[in-house]
Amino acid sequence: MKIEHVDGENRGKILLYALSTCGWCRKTKEFLSKLGVEYSYIYVDLVDDSEKDKVIKEVRKFNPRNSYPTIVINDKECIVGYNEDEIREVLGK
Amino acid sequence: MSEVKSEEIENLYKKLDSEAESFGYHLNSDIDMTKDLIKGLLVNEKRYGYLACPCRLATGEKSRDLDIICPCDYRDDDLNEYGSCYCALYVSKDILNGKKKLGSIPERRHQKDEKRQIKEKSIKNNIISLSKPVWRCKVCGYLCGKDSPPEVCPICKAKKERFEIFI
Repeated sequence: MKIEHVDGENRGKILLYALSTCGWCRKTKEFLSKLGVEYSYIYVDLVDDSEKDKVIKEVRKFNPRNSYPTIVINDKECIVGYNEDEIREVLGK
Repeated sequence: MSEVKSEEIENLYKKLDSEAESFGYHLNSDIDMTKDLIKGLLVNEKRYGYLACPCRLATGEKSRDLDIICPCDYRDDDLNEYGSCYCALYVSKDILNGKKKLGSIPERRHQKDEKRQIKEKSIKNNIISLSKPVWRCKVCGYLCGKDSPPEVCPICKAKKERFEIFI
């Protein structure tokens, strides 16, 4: 599975589950980059079929509707959808 | 996967824009965002064989993804409640005029499954004697009383497979 990494200021473990075709996911990525935080992202639509169920199960743990973008912070907090205010608040930026 | 050509994006944009305007809908006026979404639709068409919503995870099985083929079954409800559809390809007049702000909205899909099942049951239990079944377009709500639904919805152009038996 391809997990992309973006360097930046460490604000905890930030993992973005996104779709490569989605406009809100793109905006979320751009916003995280603008904030300058370190994060990783997975394009779930591009994950191999053999691993896709596993990834979806992981997303559902935090966001049962399996919608994108879903940001998981430190394996516990979760932000669903593109919401600048919520991202700023949770990341303290 | 073969790349989507800019010409293909341009053509689909023109088609969707003219269809939207003639049927009382509006495409997002943020052209860059709209064209990116249209590109996503075309990527999905090449990948899955149909124009699945770019902001939802398709399964690749058409029968399971029918409700999220653009325009999706949730577009009109989302336009009414939030002023845009889920991916923001379609927006309301208020958003177009800047009276309302465009933003990411909650996923409506699967939310009403339970409600729908109850409703379907109650319809089945209240068998009304009609000379023809009534078919409903799940995209725009168009109703027609015929033995089978039309090939293409005369209102929103959704295909036959998007119709359900209403009564």
